[in-house]
Amino acid sequence: MNQNLVDLQNLKKEFDGTPVLRGISLSIKRREFVTLLGPSGCGKTTTLRIIGGFEQPDSGDVFFDGKRLNDVPPYQREINTVFQRYALFPHLNVAENIAFGLHIKKLDRADIKRKTAEMLELVGLRGFENRDVTSLSGGQQQRVAIARALVCEPRVLLLDEPLGALDLKLRKDMQIELKRIQQRTGITFIYVTHDQEEALTMSDRVVVMNHGVIQQVGSPTDIYNEPVNAFVADFIGESNIIDGVMLEDCKVEFCGRTFECVDKGFEKNAPVDVVIRPEDLKIVYAGDGLLQGVVESIVFKGVHYEMMVRTQFFTFMVHSTMAESVGKTVGLSVIPFDIHIMHKSAEAEA
Amino acid sequence: MKKSFAYPYGVWLAVFILAPILMVVVYAFLNADGGFTLHNFSYLPGYLPIFGRSFWLAFLSTVVCLALGYPMAYLMSRLSASKQSLCMMLIMLPMWINFLLRTYAWMSILENNGFINQFFRSIGLISFLQSHFGYSLDYIPLINTQGAIVLGMVYNFLPFMVLPIYTVLIKLDRKLIEAAQDLGAPTYLVFRRVIFPLSIPGVISGITMVFVPSVSTFVISQMLGSGKNLLVGDLIDLQFMGGAYNPHLGSAIALVMIILIFICMWIMNKFDDGSSEEGGLLL
Repeated sequence: MNQNLVDLQNLKKEFDGTPVLRGISLSIKRREFVTLLGPSGCGKTTTLRIIGGFEQPDSGDVFFDGKRLNDVPPYQREINTVFQRYALFPHLNVAENIAFGLHIKKLDRADIKRKTAEMLELVGLRGFENRDVTSLSGGQQQRVAIARALVCEPRVLLLDEPLGALDLKLRKDMQIELKRIQQRTGITFIYVTHDQEEALTMSDRVVVMNHGVIQQVGSPTDIYNEPVNAFVADFIGESNIIDGVMLEDCKVEFCGRTFECVDKGFEKNAPVDVVIRPEDLKIVYAGDGLLQGVVESIVFKGVHYEMMVRTQFFTFMVHSTMAESVGKTVGLSVIPFDIHIMHKSAEAEA
Repeated sequence: MKKSFAYPYGVWLAVFILAPILMVVVYAFLNADGGFTLHNFSYLPGYLPIFGRSFWLAFLSTVVCLALGYPMAYLMSRLSASKQSLCMMLIMLPMWINFLLRTYAWMSILENNGFINQFFRSIGLISFLQSHFGYSLDYIPLINTQGAIVLGMVYNFLPFMVLPIYTVLIKLDRKLIEAAQDLGAPTYLVFRRVIFPLSIPGVISGITMVFVPSVSTFVISQMLGSGKNLLVGDLIDLQFMGGAYNPHLGSAIALVMIILIFICMWIMNKFDDGSSEEGGLLL
């Protein structure tokens, strides 16, 4: 029996003639925390809604625990959703909201009461039973929404940008909390976000999507360190993406110079995207570096300074804890290991 | 600046609403010579059956309006935007015709020799009843019945039930319906536990907007009920405009009516507040 709990096979979907999903295939294992990450309009929410049963794919199949799920209505799926704006029932109080699914299942009153109390405990809202949901803060509403979904003991929990409406501090706390809840309950989480940091913080696996196509699937470290194309590199953190040519194994030319690198297996003289993270560029004395440029701007970002350094061919973004002065001529250096070579992304070819 | 825009309305309110009500209150406690009296109210127990009939018929027409209007509003709210505005126009269309004319139209439809009875005759229903059941009339009495009055009320006031419910339903967040489905509720439970409870404010204002004009109508009962089924509205009308001219008694009846309607509205609003558990009580 296979380990996959949810299997998506070649999902396609159009809205008014505009393709939103162009063949999404993805397997999600039991107890996994998977994040669908991408810019708005990339199809991540549509994918989630298809799993939840709120949209039908034009073609392709959804399998759940080995069974085809396409024609099963949402209310018969062992899947619950935490909606983007929570969608709490305004006519019910906190406890009634959480108990909604249990009432539908016709559990007896004592069980409902016990489970509701457990959930309130889990999300840290004990004592809020009789509060009106509209009187709660965003973070509290969020917790009610999570409790309402979890109390049904789903096998998969879908979360549609659940932290989008919260402020930064609260968002960070909730990220940790969600991860804790996921680990404690052992429920499979499928999480949708456009926030790369959120994705990297919480997920076991990240699925990067763009234009209805999966760009890369991998662990957060894989995605960050080994992005497969310029889109992923650019979307996950900041990147300098430079046009280059692969001269031979471990030799790449860009910005009018030849650089050592560690990538192999490209065709001779193949055009490639060269990706260098801003934190991997070191500012050195002018003349000492491989490249030379002028500091154009400096922005203080808290932990580091973000500087734009204009060289003859390309303006690099550089992160450094030391500030240079605007207008100064500096050198830039980078070690071969930090030069990432990628095939031109599919998007550019299309 | 902005406040001053409300002054014309304030004047309107004072002249056409507050002043008449005050006059009704004053008149109700005066006798023909202008002295204070409670005598006018002593007639009221005799009119109890008329009050009863008024409230009963208004209740019936409100129930019928709700039974017809809610499904209409619900179905309308689910149509595409263009179909919704078409439906809206169809509902509003009769209102472009004068209320009296519309009611006259019903008179000619319901008359003993009217459209419906002619139809019954042409399909042989009347002669069938006469030959098999010893039916003695050559028409089926439709006009001048309580049924005709209820029909007239429903016809005239149905839009006032549909529109507030419709307005609440289209504003309902689709995500709440999805959330209910997500939590395991099949369609009928989504309706019972989410859609209906959340539409109660619309139902309340619909009931109010149908019940109040129904309970105080006199035109409909005179035209479709021929005055045989006297309603409170007719009774008041008689005191002011009719042969029984007695504005003091008329005012006393009107005052009691105002108070009764206020009590009804107060009870209705109680439902609105405590609607979270069982909205079904309204039905």
